[in-house]
Amino acid sequence: MALTSKITDTTQIITVHSDRIDAAMAIQFKEDMRNEAEGGAPRVVLDLTGVEFIDSSGLGAIVASMKQLGSDRRLDLAGLHPFVEKVFRLTRMDTVFNLYPTLDDALAPSAE
Amino acid sequence: MGNGNCLDLSFAATETEASVGIAQLSKGLEAQGLPPHKASDVKIALAEAINNVVEHAYAGVTPAKVRVHCRLHQNWLDILISDTGTPLPGFRVPHGVPAPLGSTLDELPEGGFGWFLIHELTSDIRYEHRNGCNRLSLRFDFPNPTA
Repeated sequence: MALTSKITDTTQIITVHSDRIDAAMAIQFKEDMRNEAEGGAPRVVLDLTGVEFIDSSGLGAIVASMKQLGSDRRLDLAGLHPFVEKVFRLTRMDTVFNLYPTLDDALAPSAE
Repeated sequence: MGNGNCLDLSFAATETEASVGIAQLSKGLEAQGLPPHKASDVKIALAEAINNVVEHAYAGVTPAKVRVHCRLHQNWLDILISDTGTPLPGFRVPHGVPAPLGSTLDELPEGGFGWFLIHELTSDIRYEHRNGCNRLSLRFDFPNPTA
């Protein structure tokens, strides 16, 4: 699973380069997120624009990634495909994360 | 579509094979005419049910095959998932209670959503264990596709 990241003063953008986050890659995703986010900005935006499918294991891996950041940092999610958004809504995880339709929305001054 | 269109697939019960199988099945069902508004519900429930087989039914035993049989009718879809692994606890379909979100970051659940999602997205769930085989049937209704 490939992640790339870009860091500005207050925000780190981590982009997922996979069309799915599922049971087959959940553990790897969690590990890659730990490595990628280490020592980064207080706010992390996970760019999910390329992700078309997520299952409950993938969802669990995103929750675990937020826990790994600790209470001083925040994980926001951007670019949710309607399918991915539906899984967040059904499990009520949409009440736990800040969700932005696009990466631009997540980076707008009003979002920070 | 009197008796419906059939789609069959079987694959080894590993996470990687399941991932490919789930993608193939949902693509195949859409090609056979599964209404687009129903496609995401089917894919989510199908993925959770197949992942349960890989992670639980074949946990601690030598993984064998997962067999999936789909029959698409005009207004509903039946999916039968069978495996030769461990039966469901109590030979029953688990309740679909959603994992509580808790009140702190540490309490947030990282799992326990699977059966909740399956219950939420299907019209009917049936399970039987017969001749060493688990058979889970999922039904999805989509009345009046053209209405």
